[in-house]
Amino acid sequence: MSESVRVQASINGEKREFLCEPRQSLLEVLRDTLQLTGAKEGCNNGNCGACNVILNGVLVNSCLVLAVEAGGAEITTIEGIALKDRLHPLQQKFLEHAALQCGICTPGFIVSAKALLDNNPDPTEEEVRHWLAGNLCRCTGYDKIIRAVLDTADSADMQSVRG
Amino acid sequence: MQAFDYVRPTTVDEAVSILARHGDQARVLSGGTDLIVALRESRRQVQVVVDIKALSETAELAYSPQAGLRLGAAVPCYRIYGDSAVAAAYPGLIDAARLIGGIQIQGRASIGGNICNASPAADSAPALIVHAATCVIAGPHGRREVAVEDFFAGPGRTVLQPGEFLVSIRLPAPEPGFGAAYLRFTPRNEMDIAVVGAGASVVLDETRRTIRSARIALGAVAPTPLLVAAAGNALAGLPADDAAVEQAAALAEEAARPITDMRGTAEFRKHLSAVLTRRTLRAAIARAQAA
Ligand SMILES: Cc1cc2nc3c(=O)[nH]c(=O)nc-3n(C[C@H](O)[C@H](O)[C@H](O)COP(=O)(O)OP(=O)(O)OC[C@H]3O[C@@H](n4cnc5c(N)ncnc54)[C@H](O)[C@@H]3O)c2cc1C
Ligand code: FES
Ligand code: FES
Repeated sequence: MSESVRVQASINGEKREFLCEPRQSLLEVLRDTLQLTGAKEGCNNGNCGACNVILNGVLVNSCLVLAVEAGGAEITTIEGIALKDRLHPLQQKFLEHAALQCGICTPGFIVSAKALLDNNPDPTEEEVRHWLAGNLCRCTGYDKIIRAVLDTADSADMQSVRG
Repeated sequence: MQAFDYVRPTTVDEAVSILARHGDQARVLSGGTDLIVALRESRRQVQVVVDIKALSETAELAYSPQAGLRLGAAVPCYRIYGDSAVAAAYPGLIDAARLIGGIQIQGRASIGGNICNASPAADSAPALIVHAATCVIAGPHGRREVAVEDFFAGPGRTVLQPGEFLVSIRLPAPEPGFGAAYLRFTPRNEMDIAVVGAGASVVLDETRRTIRSARIALGAVAPTPLLVAAAGNALAGLPADDAAVEQAAALAEEAARPITDMRGTAEFRKHLSAVLTRRTLRAAIARAQAA
């Protein structure tokens, strides 16, 4: 039998320590152990992106990372995206563009789009569509989501966030 | 998911000794994008998962125009295409690295994992074959090297023996006049598995009009990725024109021995082998001429 392992990681800028079994995914630990339920389990096999988090600056599917692999890592989840006093521009633009219906896919899309804009502050529509191909939405349709991301990139608010 | 132990060795010897001790009850973990899914779906049973990402050699991405590329087996795709010198020197590899899954998958998935998983449709396999890559393997009896086209033993099977694992992949430095490309056919642009994949590389002479040598490889048309030596050999010495491209396409179609499955019929795959060889060879020639 495998034993539980103690893991330390920085999550949304806060040092966290947790116990996990090697077979537990990062997604499972975020949701069930750390009560960070923003990341969703859609497919649990890497296809839908609902579980997206940023791990050491890299966008990943947290369902395909073992929690033990996250030792010493810096992790950003959807809970760490909003600014101190207001929504992140991406969150604001998703609301304005009605880029969500049931909302299950939204945390994944926003985390994924955040990683895109961190990498490429001024993406073309094609670049946005390509980047978001690993995020699935079953109800809104992609157009509003793409518009929201493009509009965020253009917004004055986003320039101020970037500083 | 089934229970297992997790170990993260820090030297190649330590990894080998753990793998040798546990035999088929141990499994190497690289990016996990195949392994974690397989464990979750109980397609694999293991007692120990051996994470190789802490080894300096498997995490190494080292290129020089003289020595070529040492690609650590665990280096994720995004690091490969993010390196501009590597991207310029190995365009076929870059085509494949950009195609594997989506951005989130590329943040974890390694080329080493892609070939060790040994899907006949693995996108990096034809690309590595046309780049004349070599697999560097460590095991209980030391190191050995295997040409990447000889690394596959069947669907899901490689030549790795108990206790062995893939440490790195070596790609020779591109010669002057070199160009390469990889293309696949999928119903969806991203996040899909190749119905057929085709890679091509050429070395053109000083005039950039004559083919000095060429390599053609196909994926998803046989139990293993296929080097189509006949097509590559036939191109040597020919003008880099449509007639040469047609000849290679016909030989690739002839070499393909696909099956019919839910992604496509054998007949369709045969046809695609010619179409994709034509396109990928043209792209390789164009890149060689532009370089
Ligand atoms: C949503 C999704 C989309 C995908 N799309 C594609 C695609 O478009 N094209 C494609 O080709 N693949 C695709 N894949 C499959 C997978 O992502 C790739 O095969 C990937 O390159 C595997 O690399 P990894 O580092 O994640 O391997 P892992 O999952 O870590 O390992 C894969 C297998 O190889 C073994 N292994 C890994 N490294 C070594 C080593 N160094 N020595 C010995 N054994 C080793 C492991 O034990 C395991 O059996 C996709 C997967 C998912 C989930
Ligand atoms: S739940 Fe992780 S990709 Fe779908
Ligand atoms: S809003 Fe329902 S899945 Fe996207």
